[in-house]
Amino acid sequence: MSDPISMTLAEARDALKAKKISSTELTTALVRSVEQSRGLNAFVTETPDRAMAMAAASDARLAKGEGGALEGLPLAIKDLFCTKGVKTTAGSRILGNFVPPYESTVTQNLWNAGAVMLGKTNMDEFAMGSSNETSAAGPVFNPWRAKNSNANLVPGGSSGGSAAAVAGDLCLAATGTDTGGSIRQPAAVTGTVGLKPTYGRCSRFGIVAFASSLDQAGPMTKTVRDAAIMLGSMASVDAKDSTSVDVPVPDYEKLLEGGIKGLKVGIPKEYRIDGVPADIGGLWDKGAAWLKAQGAEIVEVSLPHTKYALPTYYIVAPAEASSNLARYDGVRFGHRTSSSIHDITDLYEKSRAEGFGAEVQRRILIGTYVLSAGYYDAYYARAQKLRTLIKRDFDKAFESCDVLLTPATPGPAFGVGEKTSDPVSMYLNDVFTVTVNLAGLPGLSVPAGLTDNGLPLGLQLIGKAFDEGTVLRAGLAIEQAADFRHKPANWWRSA
Amino acid sequence: MNAPATKLIKGQTGDWEIVIGMEVHAQVLSKSKLFSGASTEFGAEPNSQVSFIDAGMPGMLPVINEKCVEQAVRTGLGLKAKINLSSIFDRKNYFYPDLPQGYQISQYKNPIVGEGEVTIDLKDGESRLVGIERLHLEQDAGKSLHDQHPDSSYVDLNRSGIALMEIVTKPHMRTSEEASAFLRKLRAIVRYLGTCDGNMDEGSMRADVNVSVCRVGGYEKFRESGDFKHLGTRCEIKNVNSMRFIAQAVEYEARRQIEIIEGGGAIRQETRLYDSRQGETRSMRSKEEAHDYRYFPDPDLLPLELDANWVADIAKSLPELPDEKKSRFMGLGLSAYDASVLVAERELADYYEELAKGVDAKAAANWLNNEILGRLNRDGLSIVQSPVSAAANNAIVAMISDKTISGKIAKDLLDIVWSEGGDPRAIVEARGLRQVTDTGAIDAAIEAVIAANPEKVEEVKAKPKLAAWFVGQVMKQTGGKANPAAVNAALKVRLNLPDEG
Repeated sequence: MSDPISMTLAEARDALKAKKISSTELTTALVRSVEQSRGLNAFVTETPDRAMAMAAASDARLAKGEGGALEGLPLAIKDLFCTKGVKTTAGSRILGNFVPPYESTVTQNLWNAGAVMLGKTNMDEFAMGSSNETSAAGPVFNPWRAKNSNANLVPGGSSGGSAAAVAGDLCLAATGTDTGGSIRQPAAVTGTVGLKPTYGRCSRFGIVAFASSLDQAGPMTKTVRDAAIMLGSMASVDAKDSTSVDVPVPDYEKLLEGGIKGLKVGIPKEYRIDGVPADIGGLWDKGAAWLKAQGAEIVEVSLPHTKYALPTYYIVAPAEASSNLARYDGVRFGHRTSSSIHDITDLYEKSRAEGFGAEVQRRILIGTYVLSAGYYDAYYARAQKLRTLIKRDFDKAFESCDVLLTPATPGPAFGVGEKTSDPVSMYLNDVFTVTVNLAGLPGLSVPAGLTDNGLPLGLQLIGKAFDEGTVLRAGLAIEQAADFRHKPANWWRSA
Repeated sequence: MNAPATKLIKGQTGDWEIVIGMEVHAQVLSKSKLFSGASTEFGAEPNSQVSFIDAGMPGMLPVINEKCVEQAVRTGLGLKAKINLSSIFDRKNYFYPDLPQGYQISQYKNPIVGEGEVTIDLKDGESRLVGIERLHLEQDAGKSLHDQHPDSSYVDLNRSGIALMEIVTKPHMRTSEEASAFLRKLRAIVRYLGTCDGNMDEGSMRADVNVSVCRVGGYEKFRESGDFKHLGTRCEIKNVNSMRFIAQAVEYEARRQIEIIEGGGAIRQETRLYDSRQGETRSMRSKEEAHDYRYFPDPDLLPLELDANWVADIAKSLPELPDEKKSRFMGLGLSAYDASVLVAERELADYYEELAKGVDAKAAANWLNNEILGRLNRDGLSIVQSPVSAAANNAIVAMISDKTISGKIAKDLLDIVWSEGGDPRAIVEARGLRQVTDTGAIDAAIEAVIAANPEKVEEVKAKPKLAAWFVGQVMKQTGGKANPAAVNAALKVRLNLPDEG
């Protein structure tokens, strides 16, 4: 058998069921992989003891022929998910020592299915970023490097730690969250699969909120099949989240079957934007050709309000964030300034100035501004109207197709520090992904090829609400056609 | 209803009118909070009734409490208001230590209840309509405690997240008496409905009072046009917590404003505080200093959609409200004044209805007003604490009206039951308090008195006023149980007295 750490989730599951390996063996190997890979800075908290205890319990269940869908499978959890008794920082200094006394619904679902927790992964602070460089715990390095280069690249963000952990075989799969592309963009630039489910598919309860109307948890995996398996356990309706939706959770793995013959795939013409490298466009065309070759019908569709998506997103998301982050005030939990204060306002100002990083502060300022009296109508109210129009674009497009195919990102992984001084160029990373969050639809990023200098690129499939099944099936078709078997060179591992 | 009569205030430069509007925060009667399962019970240890949601912990989400929604709808129906089948929860953003989320979940542009009205009852028995602008649901904040430590403040979050109904009136009140009467009536309505306990001491009901003054005629123009330019600049007096303070605060504030205007100044729109010890209002913050609350729809909550049938079912389940009860009582023969006194508290009305069962309504009301309420007041008790039940009083009143006992004996009997308890009818029998209307017994007593006092018989023929002496003697002879009217009648016949005697 190959090195257990490089198994896919499905392979490991089958090996456990067939008793070819125990969860303890698998977990031991991955705990070791995490330790060896500290150079990537993918984890902010490692939980090896908990992992081994969970593995032992899984082995006991497996021995009795029991166990859930993820029994004994070691996962990494983005540090945005509250985990009972395990520090949860959201990548922020302001929550530097926060240990939640409760568990998020999504992670609870995973533990109920038998999964094993390896630890918590690094991320952009409060999920605000596209490079994992805004984290209070420092940047994550992408396991991938360009051909003939030793330069460190970013793993994308905000779920950069999870993406790096999956790409570098530090875990079998990971959780991410996606507010504007935070699952799909890091998946695309690390050669992994990332699925943002329909808004309401996974409960937001216990996930530190960034922008409540956009945030959605999803899986980050090595294969499309693994994403289907993970989503089946993560998804649920939840009485504790009023925005979760009571739609039955299907067997997503089963929905992978059947091929794509007759599937209508829409190509949105507005996604051909200036300034995107040629290899992105080329890959996109190739993706369409692959699907067509497998029997899909390719149709051109129009999403006319696409150009408003980024500005709309950068009003709605900061507005909600400015309110969601008001609770971090140094009063009840989290960082409180240790310098002398003269009144409550001083306590707020110093605690928040020390606790929040520059990008979070920038977005709080933007959000506060767009909601202010006299500006609300010009910004927030207009953004909401545009959001409705963007949603309507998708509704219209889906009248003539079943799924959309687009690039996932405007480019491959970039260098650490390359875009940190230019927030707008950083924001442009989300150009193909934010529309999906604004419309609340499912989006999947699948690795589809390498750039000339050897860096992974992804294609995105966008589906109708709660039609993750079709998205995954089309994703599988891309995955099979692309036959993406590349792995990053193993440069980071310590002995 | 007629346009409100104007009460004028004399200033140095002419007459002024007061215009008053109110915002009342009424705590919803429910076991748990508006968006969490934590208990709402009053008086618990600080921070013992706080869920992770109420404490604003990371990742916690609000989930609407259906009971609170039902109570808001019930209240809206009781205010004869429009129920909005779709309403929206918004976030009102501001920083304060007793506001853990950094925002209050409230309803801003789309409240659950729209326009309605309340009829207020004034002392002279007159009634007036006060328009309701809206009612919305919102979370209460926690409580900051500044007096527990020399240089720190403490926060108690037990109240954080408790459901409040904010009820906003139109500027339809014209005197401090009307303002108090409005709050009294609103309190009665929510207590009848069981949607708020109306307990002002525990803060279950708190009022902000908006006061402005205008020249005579300005208000009429406002009512005709709806244009606020005819009214003066208003000041909001925060958290006035008793009917008495409302009246005092309004009077003080109106005079203060008139003085400023007549002195050549202008009223600044501001929030003021009523200091009940000094009997004055003081500036808290001006309009310019007011927070920018940055309201926006709470993305954690979907729009609140109500089913019209559900609302109709609640409407069907509403109890008889004070106004309906009052007119029913008036139909039984009570005066408007008596009826409005009796319906002011649901418990009092219920007590009255049981007391009045099968007896004369007016007699029952008089008995309740004159005998029961007087004694309760003397003993510092409320109607529910009355030591004599409504049923026992009903028996006493019934015995008066069928002449089993005299009115005088009835009062003595009530005193006995009040202090010793027991069944009034049994006491009447056991102690022989029954009024003697048996003419045989009365005649026998009269004969005995005549036989013993033949000289008085002669005297009374010349001086008919002496009949009173005979009545007294006969009453004495019967141990006070003879029906005085029957004694009078029998004596007249026996002594051949003229009718006017």
